[in-house]
Amino acid sequence: MPNPSAPRNNGYQQAPDVRKHNFEEVAHTFTDEQAHNEAERCLHCKNARCQANCPVGVQIPDFIAYVKGGNIGAAVSKIMETSLLPAICGRVCPQEKHCEGNCVLKDKFGAVNIGMLERYTADTARKQGLLKAPKTAPKTGKKVVCIGSGPSSIAAAAELARAGHDVTVFEALHAFGGVLRYGIPSFRLPREVIDHEIETVKAMGVKFIPDVLVGATQTVKELLAQFDAVYVGSGAGLPTMTGIPGENGVGVYSANEFLTRINLMQAYKFPQTDTPIKIGQQVVVLGAGNSAMDAARSAMRLEPQSVTVCYRRSAAEMPARAAEVEHAKEEGVGFEFLLTPKEILTDENGRVKGIKFTRNELGAPDEKGRRRPVEIPGSEFVKEADTVIVAIGQRPNPVIAKTTPDLKTTSRGVVEMDEQGKTSIPGVYAGGDIIRGGATVLLAMKDGIEAAKRIHAYLGGK
Amino acid sequence: MQENEIVLREQLNDVIVKFEIYKPLIAKSARAGQFVILRGREGGERVPVTLVDWNAHKGTITVIIQAIGKSTSLFNSFQKGDKFLNVAGPLGTPVEVKNYGTVAVVGGGVGIAEVFPIARVLKQAGNKVIAILGARTKDLLILEKEMVDLCDKTVCATDDGSYGMKGMVTDALQMLHDAGEKINVGFIIGPIPMMKFTSRLMDKLGIVPHASLNPIMLDGTGMCGCCRVTVEGQVRFACVDGPMFPSKTIDFDELIRRTSEYRPLEKESLENFQREKDHICKCGLH
Repeated sequence: MPNPSAPRNNGYQQAPDVRKHNFEEVAHTFTDEQAHNEAERCLHCKNARCQANCPVGVQIPDFIAYVKGGNIGAAVSKIMETSLLPAICGRVCPQEKHCEGNCVLKDKFGAVNIGMLERYTADTARKQGLLKAPKTAPKTGKKVVCIGSGPSSIAAAAELARAGHDVTVFEALHAFGGVLRYGIPSFRLPREVIDHEIETVKAMGVKFIPDVLVGATQTVKELLAQFDAVYVGSGAGLPTMTGIPGENGVGVYSANEFLTRINLMQAYKFPQTDTPIKIGQQVVVLGAGNSAMDAARSAMRLEPQSVTVCYRRSAAEMPARAAEVEHAKEEGVGFEFLLTPKEILTDENGRVKGIKFTRNELGAPDEKGRRRPVEIPGSEFVKEADTVIVAIGQRPNPVIAKTTPDLKTTSRGVVEMDEQGKTSIPGVYAGGDIIRGGATVLLAMKDGIEAAKRIHAYLGGK
Repeated sequence: MQENEIVLREQLNDVIVKFEIYKPLIAKSARAGQFVILRGREGGERVPVTLVDWNAHKGTITVIIQAIGKSTSLFNSFQKGDKFLNVAGPLGTPVEVKNYGTVAVVGGGVGIAEVFPIARVLKQAGNKVIAILGARTKDLLILEKEMVDLCDKTVCATDDGSYGMKGMVTDALQMLHDAGEKINVGFIIGPIPMMKFTSRLMDKLGIVPHASLNPIMLDGTGMCGCCRVTVEGQVRFACVDGPMFPSKTIDFDELIRRTSEYRPLEKESLENFQREKDHICKCGLH
């Protein structure tokens, strides 16, 4: 019998004062018992709203039923019918906006912890050797190339391989995973989880090639001569800076640089690894999105005296996931709101010594409905800081657009698509942050899966 | 032959090594002024290195590396047949090739190798090309013969006067100017202070200077913004917008400060590497 009124189980987590000294994963995977109990809470709704609100349509009640019955192999296969990266999705998908946010139990007893159940299913199946690469359709003889190896491209590559196409993934960096690898820290997504999921896609026959920056090493036009279709999933790899004076001071990082040093280059292990990172005593993070939280929490683990997130609007408008903000606060990250940075102050050696802010109040809502910050005259003050991390957003990397004149993009560098999801070049499709300008892992994956279906149809498949 | 394999290794002097690496895709698409990112080992840095030459037919690229820190020392310990772990590129914006009239290519130290492909492509475009090569001392002066063969005129300067004229490349430039040489445009590659002072002098002499900047880079593809520099008052990313920029208004002092950020850690890393290399184990256990 379902047991919906039992308390929602959040599993074990590393205590904040322990985890802020390490880069190990914050949350532990459910034990078998925890998973069983949480699965028991699911009502298996006939018109499951969780499933309807999943960007990739995971058959949630069905997989949870298998977990309840202890059949993990069947559970993972059920998830993988629609999503091939369950260990990643279970960890980084904003479930509170999708499945869990629509669970009928949410208001009365707390939503079923679908994210943790998905993660448990994937991790357990992997450990027990039950997670197998899905079968692929007979070879079509068609060749497709996916540009980038982030979530969007991996999802597209896996679906295309499943449909029987010969798929190659080109990655510009030396390691695969895109933003999963360089952006998301290991305490949220362990590196071996990324490795495992990519192994699954490789086992489906997808070839992964590093060190190829499309637009430089080969152009899209050259790729079209070798492949039947191209999927552009090159992401939003261009950091947005504030443009205020002093931003080139020593000790100012973009969130991309800070996180790339730590995540991709493993700089926190220096000198075992060769790329260093420097942290001051008073760290200020500008911005309050997920990258800002990742940067602030990573900074905390390098043991400065303080880390403060400064945001120009109020707590209610923060774009970051609520759980990430909560985790950051538990780990001792400070938050200051309604501040606009005006200048980064530097000493005679060009090193950061503070930030000049003005205070804001909230005015009328903007086009997205978020209340706009309005500067309070005469409110200027200086906050001391010796490390500044600018985390105010990313834009699409311009390398492909610059070298592909026929590819239509907007003024913000976002690749334009028609209603059928096609770009302006026949045979070239795109998805993820290159068309969205900066969204989530799950929306990127959704784009990849949908583009794979369109590419399959374009190549004559059904 | 395998991708990233060293097919030729030549020790040019104590600290500078020339490598020919098998990398067909880059050999096919490289242009003068571009660079590659090299990695030598797991956990290793991504090091930007200027492309000196490339041969699409053989599928090889040529780089010339001076051992300065740990990673470059590791690279220079590689032998023929060894493989770089990663070779990515060609990165950066190529120099604009056209007939400028008379062009000075100025190389300092290993920068001589880096400015060589620019001299060649500008010569092919019909420019009169004058090379000014500078080094601390004679042993560190590389590629002189290649430059002499290629360029209309080549002037060498060493700090200690052991070869060519005694002095800096700026002294050589001034000398050429005083002798009536009319130069339109300059391309400078070398240590930052040398690029700074050569750019200033060129501007004073009515020559349009360009310098190839070498800030710290991570990915080298425009993703991290670590390499931001100030050119004409604008923030630019050297990895994608450069590395060659008009250098009249480059904030070289900012570049010096930003490239010094990790110096103590770089030193520590190099010392660890040298200790490991020099350690001859006497424990008898392995």
